[in-house]
Amino acid sequence: MAELREELKEKLIEQLSLEDVEVSEIGDNDPLFGDGLGLDSIDALELIVLLEKDYGIKLKDPKEGKAIFESISVMADYISKHRTK
Amino acid sequence: MNKGIAITGMGIISSIGNTVEENFDALKSVSHGISRIEMLKTRHSEEIMVGEIKKTNNDLEKVLGLKPLHTFSRTAMIGTIAAKEALQNAQISDVNEYRTGFVSGTSVGGMDTTEKYYLEYAEREENRRFIQAQHAGFTTLSISNYLGINGYVSTISTACSSAANAIMLGARMIQAGKIDRMVVGGTDALSKFTINGFGTLMILSDAECTPFDDNRKGLNLGEAAAYLVLESDAIVKKENKKVLGRVAGWANANDAYHQTASSSDGEGAYLAMRKALKVADMTAKNIDYVNAHGTATPNNDLSEGVAMTRIFGEENTPVFSSTKAFTGHTLAAAGSVEAVYSLLSLRENLIFPNLNFKTKMKEFSLVPQTELVAKEVNTILSNSFGFGGNCSTLIFTK
Amino acid sequence: MSDCFINGIASISAQPTTDPDTFLEDIISHKEAIFRSHDPNYKEYIKPAAMRRMSKSVKMGVTTASMALNNSGVEMPDAIITGTGMGCKQDSEKFLENILNNDEQFLTPTLFIQSTHNTVGGQVALGLGCKAYNVTYVQGAASFETSVMDAQLMLSEESEINILVGGIDEIAKNSTLLHKLDGQIKEDDIDVIKLLDSDTPGTVASEGATFMVLGAETDKSLAKVINVETISEGTPLEIKASIEKFILNQGLSVEDIDAVVLGNNGDVGYDNYYNNLQSSIFSDKEQLCYKHLIGDFHVASSFGFWIGCKIFETNQVPAILKVNDISAKKYNNILLYNQYLGKNHSIALLQRC
Repeated sequence: MAELREELKEKLIEQLSLEDVEVSEIGDNDPLFGDGLGLDSIDALELIVLLEKDYGIKLKDPKEGKAIFESISVMADYISKHRTK
Repeated sequence: MNKGIAITGMGIISSIGNTVEENFDALKSVSHGISRIEMLKTRHSEEIMVGEIKKTNNDLEKVLGLKPLHTFSRTAMIGTIAAKEALQNAQISDVNEYRTGFVSGTSVGGMDTTEKYYLEYAEREENRRFIQAQHAGFTTLSISNYLGINGYVSTISTACSSAANAIMLGARMIQAGKIDRMVVGGTDALSKFTINGFGTLMILSDAECTPFDDNRKGLNLGEAAAYLVLESDAIVKKENKKVLGRVAGWANANDAYHQTASSSDGEGAYLAMRKALKVADMTAKNIDYVNAHGTATPNNDLSEGVAMTRIFGEENTPVFSSTKAFTGHTLAAAGSVEAVYSLLSLRENLIFPNLNFKTKMKEFSLVPQTELVAKEVNTILSNSFGFGGNCSTLIFTK
Repeated sequence: MSDCFINGIASISAQPTTDPDTFLEDIISHKEAIFRSHDPNYKEYIKPAAMRRMSKSVKMGVTTASMALNNSGVEMPDAIITGTGMGCKQDSEKFLENILNNDEQFLTPTLFIQSTHNTVGGQVALGLGCKAYNVTYVQGAASFETSVMDAQLMLSEESEINILVGGIDEIAKNSTLLHKLDGQIKEDDIDVIKLLDSDTPGTVASEGATFMVLGAETDKSLAKVINVETISEGTPLEIKASIEKFILNQGLSVEDIDAVVLGNNGDVGYDNYYNNLQSSIFSDKEQLCYKHLIGDFHVASSFGFWIGCKIFETNQVPAILKVNDISAKKYNNILLYNQYLGKNHSIALLQRC
């Protein structure tokens, strides 16, 4: 699981062009949206595509993303339970 | 009240008809143009509904009598068809008799040809003539050349408010005496680019769209072109021209909130409506009907609805409807498509319905007009909003 | 017609043009047919959080907009008008390629959102929190001029306002190469400084942005925009007649013009539009060209406005711009003319203020 969390942090930085952010700066339980990493609704859509492309998880409604993308830990939990690849 | 600029001609092609009168017949008989996509190959064809013009590019070429090896994209062809009808409708045979300009709105220009040939340009020479045709400005020049207009020609590309801004520019230039006559409007053909683009935003509905409904799931894309002929009062008087209506108010404001989403208080839309009323020298009470932008995305309809309650008061909002459920969201053309429908409303004293509405939204008590209804209509306010926070409002009068 | 003054201007181009204290003193010699702009440090102008999704044209546009506003002392403009020939081509191209190469799957929204022509105008508004009028013109080589015309019209409707007007175009890897395929760009690389002597078809391509603040006269005014006109198509003879008529319409005669800034781009197919003027009505004028320095792109002609302002400011003309031996005695009226492939002609007249 720790490995998946690291992997997600790297993917986040790359996919969302967070050029000035280091993997070590993202805490496992830091909120990704709002006060935490400061991601926005466009980032949420990017992450939905990331779930589908890299882990074979397809979300129908963008609203579902809100709970899943709460933090790296929550995301990693969700992915490990639902991944198809 | 601002007397406004005379509209002496209109032309349109959309999924509900190839001419103004065909569009009117469909509106009057409440017959929408939303279907599965057939003219364009996309892997999403089973997931989306669109407002598609059921003519192949070959059909369109024949209508216009284009020669082989022409450089018209689908966007340019439907644009030419509509602009030509507008000039005929205004009974103009010699476009250069007066200082005449052309302003067209488009979002993707000739993207429909680009996406068809892009990967083979390197190997095959025959289609390279379409490389330039991708550009929005090239689309506009294709149309203006066909019409014989070669003075002031420009293209406005402010996403889904483009045509509304083109109409506004034409009215301003005539009002300032810079030009005598303007053909203004917009054109956009369906393309994989826009289908997939709106797809990534997850705002495409898999069923017929339901503007202002609490359970709305998103928009249906559409393709269309529509143009108006605006003329100075001097020409109208001299030629004893029939006036279809007037553009009496116009405004453009920016939401400056988010790149694509509208603010929850509808600030940009509110500012645009308020400024347009001021230009028209009217108050909110003067408006008989609002042709809303109403795309049926959760975000737009909420933001626009809130802005309307701020302008009119929640209890005093005039009768309103979105005609997007007839045509789909025709992007850059939406402002001129709805301008034509507004002129038909003024002519016929009819309000065209907001189809597919069932449940009132939770956030306010606004309910759109859901049936075709006869009502005396003298002033119409029409909204068009686009990416980049662009909000435009036009006011039409009899 | 109300008065329209340039009260601030800034330009990013393939030359170092962002230092307000220099005027083409150090010239970069480009040797390719496609070359990039000379960039300032964008981080000084744009916050990292805002920058992460910005393509080149957005960075260039937001930066020059901010420089021009600074230059003019205006904090919040009353309108933002942008012109671009191709829009945000880089993101547009990437999104298109993803659609075609991945069979319409796994697409993400950022590229699409950034692909619209009005992205720069929207981003400038968002950065400033500017809720005013905001429009984008896309008319090939006349994109910048049609934007200036709208601003001028707006100043005639309401005189006490400040309008931010800009032009932006960027190189995109594959789409720009397509312009080589269809002959718009020269087939072989070239010593760009010698572009105007070339005897081959096509030109050289680059990128850049120019923003100006237009408004009523202030103590910062750099030039007065007397008028701007665009003509979508015409023959060299028709264009010459239009230019003569344009000058007369401003209450001036050809004699009143001190220098002309022309858009020659080394394309043997179309430079005759300029040559025809250079050997006739402009034969006794100081003639200046700039595309052998900054390349050609749809809003390259905005650089002519920058040159005009610099000449009024410094009363000097860098020798590298001059294409004939005539030197004007004074610089009061400078005429700009540009076209591309015989289309989207623009004429503008700048006056010292």
